Amino acid sequence: MKYILLFCGSDERWDTIPEAERNATYEQIGAWWGKGTAAGKIVGGEELQPARTATTVRFQGAETVVTDGPFIEAKESVGGYALVDVADLDEALELAKGWPARGVVEVRPLVEHSGGM
Amino acid sequence: MTEARAAEAATEAAVAAVFREEAGRLVAGLVRFLGDFDLAEELVQEALLSAVETWPGSGIPDNPAAWLTTTARRKAIDRLRRDSRYREKLVLLAGSPVPAASEPDDRLRLIFTCCHPALAREAQLALTLRAVCGLTTTQIARAFLATETAMAQRIVRAKRKIVEAGIPYRVPAREELTGRLREVLAVLYLLFNEGYLASGGPEPDRRDLSADAEWLASLLAGLLPEEPEVLGLLALMRLHLARAGSRFDAEGRLILLPDQDRSSWDQEAIAAAGRLIERAAGLGRPGPYQLQAAIAALHAEAPTFAETDWEEIVALYTLLLVHQPSPVVRLNRAIALRHLEGAEAALAEVDAVAAELDSYHLLHATRAQLLRDLRRAGEARTADEAALRLTQNPAEQALLRQRLLD
Repeated sequence: MKYILLFCGSDERWDTIPEAERNATYEQIGAWWGKGTAAGKIVGGEELQPARTATTVRFQGAETVVTDGPFIEAKESVGGYALVDVADLDEALELAKGWPARGVVEVRPLVEHSGGM
Repeated sequence: MTEARAAEAATEAAVAAVFREEAGRLVAGLVRFLGDFDLAEELVQEALLSAVETWPGSGIPDNPAAWLTTTARRKAIDRLRRDSRYREKLVLLAGSPVPAASEPDDRLRLIFTCCHPALAREAQLALTLRAVCGLTTTQIARAFLATETAMAQRIVRAKRKIVEAGIPYRVPAREELTGRLREVLAVLYLLFNEGYLASGGPEPDRRDLSADAEWLASLLAGLLPEEPEVLGLLALMRLHLARAGSRFDAEGRLILLPDQDRSSWDQEAIAAAGRLIERAAGLGRPGPYQLQAAIAALHAEAPTFAETDWEEIVALYTLLLVHQPSPVVRLNRAIALRHLEGAEAALAEVDAVAAELDSYHLLHATRAQLLRDLRRAGEARTADEAALRLTQNPAEQALLRQRLLD
């Protein structure tokens, strides 16, 4: 089954931690990613720019309204994602529990469209 | 109770016992066969409902397990006929004798799936009762004082999550087992307390969930005999049940531990629970349920309230705090401390957790008692009033009202 792991955290914290700590975390993420990819479990993913760079488009009747910021104002926001292909939820949770940057990880199954996409 | 009503109650109890014994096996067997948790569980529930409708009239069949299996199988065939995806299974099902018999460890998978941490706690409770214990949705709704529609929705949502989120149907691997078992035990203990605290209430038709929880714990202890915390929880439940009859008087009023009639306690059950605790201790992995059971055993074994071994009880609570550093444990320790070191020492401990437990009625009731010991009547009254505002349990309300009158 395919799942997406949404890595959430506080941009503010990420921006203000000492550089050495940030670099160490990046290194750990690199190792985590490499291991998952080599095992054939991680099949895709990206890191996102901070939430302050987000722009939201809302549909209101016939109009579209463009605003600055993410669609929900919250202390924590999505900072990246990994697409994983594993046997079941337990395996996806196991990967999520190993996520080196900590914070919060939301695990969501993908809709599997029949006929393939 | 009229004679007809008594006969009805006896049939109900017998049916409940059969359902408990067979439902989990049937669901487990069908999941294995169909590879579809949702459908398997649904079919068994339908078979149980057929039994609920026909058994009271026709009597419980000689071989109720076979009756339920055959009924579930017939329903499975009906259902599969309508769905081409299952054509191959259908051929097997129609041709094979009985696919539903399962090995005992299949029920273990079922329990771990129903209590998966990815499900909300209330969904875990409902699903375990339905799939493993064979309760009907109506019974579960009544036990939790919820509407049947709401309960049915909760169950449907939980089963949908199992399928859509890919929650596996298996016993967790060795390295995960301790954590996952903690989740299962929490579900069972919550179920037990739901039944234990509600009993004596004004709802005679409510199913006693503490009996179901005890049954589940004993099933689990049979399936995982080397897990000391399972044995600890089972002993804890049995110790509570051994004393259950003395908790209320004939009018349904709550009787507190010092005033309970100890001669009515089930001494044989208490001794058996003691042996369970020893067996658990022999496995060399202490834990919170074993410690709570040991505390309950000391209470149960004391010949009189005055002869209770408070020193040992306080020591066990101190150890329990290491395993489970919660304010409720600290409050319970303070209650025991009152008998060892006096009200003043106990009150200091209670006040240390007062802010955290401000919405917990037993904090205020305990404070009231200690303040009365210390002859601070005005403050005691205020605390009793706070406790009365916070409890919904009618027996506890009556006791607090009486105190405020005295």
